[in-house]
Amino acid sequence: MSELEPEGFEPPYLHPDYRSSVLRAPRRELVRLPHEWFHHVPGPSFGRIPVKPADADLTRQHQGEPVGERIIVTGQVLDSDGRPVRHTLVEVWQANAAGRYLDPVDEHPAPLDPNFTGAGRCLTDADGRYRFVTVKPGAYPWRNHANAWRPAHIHFSLFGTTLASRLVTQMYFPGDPLMPYDPILNSIPDPRGRELLVARFDLNTTVPEWALGYRWDIVLRGRNATPADDR
Amino acid sequence: MNPTPSQTVGPFFGFALPFEDDANAVAAHAANAVRVEGQVLDGAEEPVPDALLEVWNGEQFARCRTDTEGAFHFTLSKPEAAASAAPFLNVTVFARGLLRHLCTRIYFPDERAANEADPVLARVEPRRRHTLVARQDAGALHFDVHLQGDDETVFFAL
Repeated sequence: MSELEPEGFEPPYLHPDYRSSVLRAPRRELVRLPHEWFHHVPGPSFGRIPVKPADADLTRQHQGEPVGERIIVTGQVLDSDGRPVRHTLVEVWQANAAGRYLDPVDEHPAPLDPNFTGAGRCLTDADGRYRFVTVKPGAYPWRNHANAWRPAHIHFSLFGTTLASRLVTQMYFPGDPLMPYDPILNSIPDPRGRELLVARFDLNTTVPEWALGYRWDIVLRGRNATPADDR
Repeated sequence: MNPTPSQTVGPFFGFALPFEDDANAVAAHAANAVRVEGQVLDGAEEPVPDALLEVWNGEQFARCRTDTEGAFHFTLSKPEAAASAAPFLNVTVFARGLLRHLCTRIYFPDERAANEADPVLARVEPRRRHTLVARQDAGALHFDVHLQGDDETVFFAL
């Protein structure tokens, strides 16, 4: 357990309320490597993953514009030592405004949008900033428990520079009434940890007459971080 | 600063994260190219059809989504052995049901002496070490990821 990382900010592997974790969470203790190895193992090199400037605008990937509330999602990627993480890959994916993913596995009977794929990529700039234009994703039902609905969210994948900095997570929207009922978000024991996944509405990011703005900063494990607890 | 917490990759990443030729960091005929094939299995020994593996070795990076049988494959170069460590490939496992990703390593079956002297393998209980060593199959190495069970793969703390 790290001094920098309070207990309860990371989800455990096993969280029975999230049913899929029961047969998939490892049951044995994770093996710890000495800290110096942990911090010196470089992370994966994402250079082969194609990324073009146009990939950051999810509303311009088709002939027409997607249906939904146009939004800008932007923020800074920092490491836990407070330094911007420059030129790192950010990948996002999400449901459309009706709560339907383009993915063939998604069987939710809500309409697909011919003008929306829902996947984007960008590199952070020299200050570690990223910016996507998209539409606000819809909530959708899932079969985890009776009347289960996922709150609106955008999936994020980030690389950073070390083995420890790789992160896949989800960003939520402020005020979403479904958040208290979501076993995936609530797998994070400490409410302060859960708050780190909620963007804030930002009038300064909002473009008048065009799109609402949300700010969400992301912190990747840095050189001084220690391995997370392995519950 | 507190790191942003992890959340599952979910089941619906297949339209977004794969990219062209993602499983092949090098061509199959490249010098030292190794093809690794395997399956991701859950605690009931059922295939995991919605996992994503990333495998890397220095600058080489491959990504592979499991298929309906939980199967994956990728091609990278076998790394050079370092002075006091056996060669290995880094593996990251994401899946629906995994609230945080998992990190493991693939060691090579034809490096018996180096594996026995490897300082990371030495930290693993002897009876679990075999879960980190691929097996030689015809034309490819075979490496299964057992998320649970008697043969649960050794995962490293992140």
